[in-house]
Amino acid sequence: MMFKLITKLCALLIVVVMGLLIITFIWRTLPTLTGEGFGFIWGLNWNPVTNQFGALTAILGTIITAAIAIVIAVPFSFCIAVLLTEMLPEKLSAFFARVIELMAAIPSIIYGMWGLFFFAPFMALYVQPWLIPVMKPIPVLNFVFGGLPIGVGILTAGIILAIMILPLVTSVMRELFASSPYLLREAGYSLGATRREVIMKILLPHTKNGVLGAVILGLGRALGETMAVTFVIGNSHSVFQGLFMPGTTISATIASEFQEAFGTLYPSALLELGLILFVMSFIILAISRFLINSGKRG
Amino acid sequence: MSGQMDGNLNIEKHEYTVFEDNEHLKRVKKKKSVPPIKKITKKRVRKTVRKKRVLQDTLFTITCYAALSIALLVLLFILGTVVEKGLKGMSWTLFFENLPAIGMSGGGIKNAIIGSVLVSGIAIIIATPIGVLAATYLTEFPEKGVVQSVVRFLNDILLSVPSIIIGLFIFALVVKTTGTYSVVAGILALLMIAVPMIVRTSEDVMKSLPPNLREAAVSLGVKRHTITFAIIYRSARKGIITGAILALARIAGETAPLLFTMLSNQFASYSLFKPMANLPVVMYQYAMSPYENSQNLAWAAALVVTVAILGVNLIVRGVFNRKPKKIK
Repeated sequence: MMFKLITKLCALLIVVVMGLLIITFIWRTLPTLTGEGFGFIWGLNWNPVTNQFGALTAILGTIITAAIAIVIAVPFSFCIAVLLTEMLPEKLSAFFARVIELMAAIPSIIYGMWGLFFFAPFMALYVQPWLIPVMKPIPVLNFVFGGLPIGVGILTAGIILAIMILPLVTSVMRELFASSPYLLREAGYSLGATRREVIMKILLPHTKNGVLGAVILGLGRALGETMAVTFVIGNSHSVFQGLFMPGTTISATIASEFQEAFGTLYPSALLELGLILFVMSFIILAISRFLINSGKRG
Repeated sequence: MSGQMDGNLNIEKHEYTVFEDNEHLKRVKKKKSVPPIKKITKKRVRKTVRKKRVLQDTLFTITCYAALSIALLVLLFILGTVVEKGLKGMSWTLFFENLPAIGMSGGGIKNAIIGSVLVSGIAIIIATPIGVLAATYLTEFPEKGVVQSVVRFLNDILLSVPSIIIGLFIFALVVKTTGTYSVVAGILALLMIAVPMIVRTSEDVMKSLPPNLREAAVSLGVKRHTITFAIIYRSARKGIITGAILALARIAGETAPLLFTMLSNQFASYSLFKPMANLPVVMYQYAMSPYENSQNLAWAAALVVTVAILGVNLIVRGVFNRKPKKIK
């Protein structure tokens, strides 16, 4: 009885901490919540000197970088997961799966340093000087791919994020494919389907909920990633001006400005940014968890 | 008999008029000059369709291999950069001297290494029992209640909450209240990352134990906590230890939560209630500085951290993660 009580207390500790987290955030953000209310979110101006804290630029930056990461990472993850489960012999597949997992073990600050000292110069020297003139005559793309060839910027941050979420999305998809019944594949092959047809027309529709869950899980991870983005995004509070221009995200704003935040309103505004990020990732994670579980069951 | 044979053969030999594609059909309708329509046998039709499908399949396979190669190439580039730049920053004094001021040359990262080992070590020592006991509650006391599913759900959320949120939370709760950054705050932040990881891995391991282990013990009239300690923990030991070590490897590289809780300290301080130097924050501060000396030191620290974390991962996954022997 005593033992059960102790284990229960430990389990309930998680609930308590979670509750405390929400309460603390709301309590500490009261100055901005009461002062500016929800108008806070919709402001475009972020100017600590005049006590203006509009969060919209940071929120947009977060969503744009995460979307870029998803667009790049998901096809890669899908292909790698398919290769590991459907094509390679078991031993090779286990080896490569482990190597991909190692990518996830590298701390995010290493990705950030690599991004700043290796990848951003690479973009500035080889990608941007070539891509900007090519896109110049095309009406919409010249805005999207506009900017200065300085390396750091929204696209660079998105690509670094894509590299970071790739192992996570890959491993979830790999588990999904591996756990789907063999009967399905055998039925497909027995009808003379090629491997591509079995994968795209049988396996993918069968696991589509789970795959969608994996994608959303990756999105959740990309939204909250801090250190890597802080290094390469350039941290400027401006409305989207092109993929090669510096921008900012919620987490990058918090990480780079927190040490300098004095007064009551400034730190409280940063905490409210944190609260917004928390709510965003909470909703996204809940959705992805639901989808992945239903994908595994179905 | 022979008639039947003939019938079969006729079907195979019958010639179909097949329009090659829509373009061909359009040209026929507009009465333009039409290239001679190929008379294609059913067999040949089948062959061309098959060819297209096989080609698609080959292209798909090539794409998959290309994706893996690119991912591996990126990993190699990252590790290559860390090793190359890290070795440049290496020096004999690295492990034996304390941090220099930003911009100054010389010095080492001795106090940062000690700080990192200290906080991660203390955090993992506290986190492991809490995590294992919570996992025990989730697996060993199956009740029909909402408590367990709520705990499991919140644990999953906590597991993937952005680590910067955890840093902010501890800052708002502990640092603001006590008025100073401290090692204790850093430990609390790391605990919040390590505990959910350990709960998850321990729960998975304990769940995957064969049920007849428990049944045999229950049938002998062994008490509940004895079953847990003498049988469940003993059988799940490898998995639990693996989980704890991997959690240690993860928190050793966490930067964002420490940035707002433990900060860093240029001076060697070993008090639990003051800020202390630690590798991730030192890497952040020194890499962001404009001085090359400091950047080199950050890269040397990055090399140390990467080698330690990847080494631990390789060893643990290699040694402990073998497939468990099936109990017959």
